[in-house]
Amino acid sequence: MNEQLEIKKASPKDFETDQEVRWCPGCGDYAILKGVQMALANTGSTPENTVFVSGIGCSSRFPYYISTYGFHTIHGRAPGFATGIKLANPDLEVWLVTGDGDGLSIGGNHMLHVLRRNVNIQIMLFNNEIYGLTKGQYSPTSRPGLKTPSTPMGSVDAPLSPCIFALGAGARFVARGIDTSLKELPLILARAKEHVGASFVEIFQNCIVYNDNVFGEFTAKKTAKDTQLYVRHGEKMIFGKEVQKGIRFNAEKFSLEVVTPGEDGITEDDILVHDETNRHMAFMLCELESPDFPVVCGVIYCNPAESYEQSVHYQLEQAKNAKKADFNALLRSGRTWVVE
Amino acid sequence: MSGQHSSQVKDQTIQELDSIVVRFAGDSGDGMQLTGTQFSVATALEGSDLSTFPDFPAEIRAPVGTTFGVSAFQINFGSVEVSTAGDEPDILVIMNPAALKVNLENLRNGGMIILDEGAFSAKNLKKAGYETNPLEDDSLSQYDVKRMDITRMTVETVKEFGLGNKDSLRCKNMWTLGLLLWMFGRKRKPIIDSLEQKFAQKPDIAKANIAALNAGHAFGETAEMSSNLRRYQINKYKEEPGIYRTVNGNQSLSWGILAGTQLAGLQLILGSYPITPASPLLHILSGLKEFGVITFQAEDEIAAICGAIGASFAGCLGMTTSSGPGIALKTEAIGLAITTELPLIIVDIQRAGPSTGMPTKTEQSDLYQAVWGRNGDAPICVLSVSSSTDGFEVGIEAVRIATKYMTPVMVLSDGYIANASEPWKIPDINDYEPFPVKFHKETEGFHPLLRDPETLARVWAKPGTKGLMHRIGGIEKDYDSGHISYDAANHQKMTDVRKAKIDNIAADIPLQEIAQGDPGGRLAVVGWGSTYGAIHQAVKRARKDGRDVSHIHLRNIWPLARNLGELLKSYDKVIVAEMNVGQLNTLLRSQYLLDTVLLSKVSGQPFKISEINDAIIKNLGESK
Repeated sequence: MNEQLEIKKASPKDFETDQEVRWCPGCGDYAILKGVQMALANTGSTPENTVFVSGIGCSSRFPYYISTYGFHTIHGRAPGFATGIKLANPDLEVWLVTGDGDGLSIGGNHMLHVLRRNVNIQIMLFNNEIYGLTKGQYSPTSRPGLKTPSTPMGSVDAPLSPCIFALGAGARFVARGIDTSLKELPLILARAKEHVGASFVEIFQNCIVYNDNVFGEFTAKKTAKDTQLYVRHGEKMIFGKEVQKGIRFNAEKFSLEVVTPGEDGITEDDILVHDETNRHMAFMLCELESPDFPVVCGVIYCNPAESYEQSVHYQLEQAKNAKKADFNALLRSGRTWVVE
Repeated sequence: MSGQHSSQVKDQTIQELDSIVVRFAGDSGDGMQLTGTQFSVATALEGSDLSTFPDFPAEIRAPVGTTFGVSAFQINFGSVEVSTAGDEPDILVIMNPAALKVNLENLRNGGMIILDEGAFSAKNLKKAGYETNPLEDDSLSQYDVKRMDITRMTVETVKEFGLGNKDSLRCKNMWTLGLLLWMFGRKRKPIIDSLEQKFAQKPDIAKANIAALNAGHAFGETAEMSSNLRRYQINKYKEEPGIYRTVNGNQSLSWGILAGTQLAGLQLILGSYPITPASPLLHILSGLKEFGVITFQAEDEIAAICGAIGASFAGCLGMTTSSGPGIALKTEAIGLAITTELPLIIVDIQRAGPSTGMPTKTEQSDLYQAVWGRNGDAPICVLSVSSSTDGFEVGIEAVRIATKYMTPVMVLSDGYIANASEPWKIPDINDYEPFPVKFHKETEGFHPLLRDPETLARVWAKPGTKGLMHRIGGIEKDYDSGHISYDAANHQKMTDVRKAKIDNIAADIPLQEIAQGDPGGRLAVVGWGSTYGAIHQAVKRARKDGRDVSHIHLRNIWPLARNLGELLKSYDKVIVAEMNVGQLNTLLRSQYLLDTVLLSKVSGQPFKISEINDAIIKNLGESK
């Protein structure tokens, strides 16, 4: 048989497993799983060359439901495992699935370092601003005042912004998506995969049981066009359903503001053009919060550099070229003497 | 000093000895470790058997002149078999008052002190806590004190090289080394070569150090004529023919594990985080990239082991190195490697604990942690290293077991042998039987927990292999499919099989041998790890004196050798000697219901031969 005939592009179905999915009915994870399966199929991933690594939590059950290789590890430490896998075999496509608790609380240290090292993996952080699997305690992204079993009078912790954290850690790819936005999410994930180096994607994920509708203000489909801004490199930052609004840089206040072209002498030329290689702009875009601003989604920052495992393997090749690997010679290096 | 062949020697006579213990002691900044190492090299090249003991503080540069900043290096060398760094020095080389204060109590009665009187200033005496100058009262009267102004003579010697005061004083150790080389008839050439190499970019410093070395040597010759000092002759030790080098425990273990991966046909990936006294393994393996070794200095101990486990999942051999506190941090990840049944090498270079404890001091107190220290029923294989050279064999064995049984193997070494050097007959890698790993390829009927019926090891299927996609993790897995399972009977079965797999290794390791002595008898001394040398010499001495005692030394801590219980029961009495408060002792008592006697030491210092010898005599019911 002609081998070429056998090659067919995988479909999203090829990435499904026979395992019963155990997330709560209505959980945002279902949509994300679908989005990931679509992204894998669209970008030509193969189950045998792909590995999903996760820590602990609701999101970390992900590997069981995807028909690639998978490693469900320990709480917060998935970045370490992913780094080891990538060092061992840089040809593998490695995805890391984590949550706001796993990735930013117990595993915050590892998240910092995997981003800074720029290991060539895709990191999906499902942010639901709550601990789901342990039954509803507040997380490092929960808003102040949130009442949970461990904060009966309301949380007094200041929350962390995942994308600001990632940028601060030195991430060279930062993007945002929404669980149920299945038009955009697969495209964002495809960009993350294409990027060489650590790609960080925050996905707003609704926990229907413990923190339902926490992102409703900007994820509701009806008002989405007014509350979300999908940025695209080289395009103006324009949003709004009825009225076209835009983002302008106010140099006096050194901040971004929402403006309406045609009003107060504002023209289209005043609207910022997205430059995904501009880290300062990325910080400012990630700072924007609803309701005063649209929540920025899409690829916010992308500025590739050599990845960690590429540099490691380059040194390995250099060493191999410079010196023959001779084990007996190694043992006899340095000062030796002969006993007759 | 043992075996003096010429008593009451005349001034010019060279005294012949079987063995001698010299201890160099000075301030951390005096270069005592370098001096000791160089003296060891010169001694080894002359064919002596030797054993060293670097004994240094945790502080990198403690305040100058203080007792807690004292660094020492002890070497025992001889024409007879030497297996410890020696109970008590015969010669103390003292670079300042603090060094004298800390080290005098260990000096043999009547031993020799060579000291730099130039360093015994009022200021230094005060810093060391001396109220009166020991050189001026009679506190040293029982010793043979050789006073010389090493500081002044060194500074004068190196004056012509135009170094600053600080660099000039740094040459004191080479002056002293020169004198010692003269005393023991060791060659200066290898030291000069290494100084030239070390200071290739700073020729003035190299020349000054060499001049100081030569001046110390010349001082000896002159002093001999004035009969202040004498020379000693130590003949060659009769070793098996072969090529030799010196090696310390961290070197031999690094090379052994690399050798194991070569025999297994695997790439080695080390995940590590710097910690005393294990960091040299990270340094050594980082320098061996030509063998394909990848080293990952992680952000912490946990990420280090997780990286190693990830590497094993992807088809390389993962390894992690640390000491007790770091191993504690790795505990959860070790459990994951156990339940996912991945091969992994975990090296624990033990140090005095608990918590931070005494990082540069030795102990054997991580045995419980290694064997039992995890949540859940989580058995692994534990091996121990018994000497500076033994790491090579243990490293290979660890890789063999880890890959054959798909299990983490923990290797216990300790701070003493990690840093101590011994001569080593260099092996030939071609003499070892390869044990190539076979990755699973068959897709028919595949699931990740398919087991070898004999070893009970699960299959190792590498990501990247078509048709073998699978998911593993920390949740309990179904015995027949590898899928997650909360089934009660299945958890029992999986727990049982994990235990059986490790127990099963006992059938694949050598029977316990008797290191010295006979099967059965009045008394056996049982040890593990770095106590080998001291127990060996103590039992040798006792047997020479006609006592019925044998030495049994364990490499396999878990599982234990299958004949060990029976062997131990063949003695009337069993002493367990270890540098903790009874960890192997508890293990042996629990396994064999044996009424053993504990000989414990936790001072941060290795056992002395005499301490074990005393215990032998006492337990044989003799009065001492």
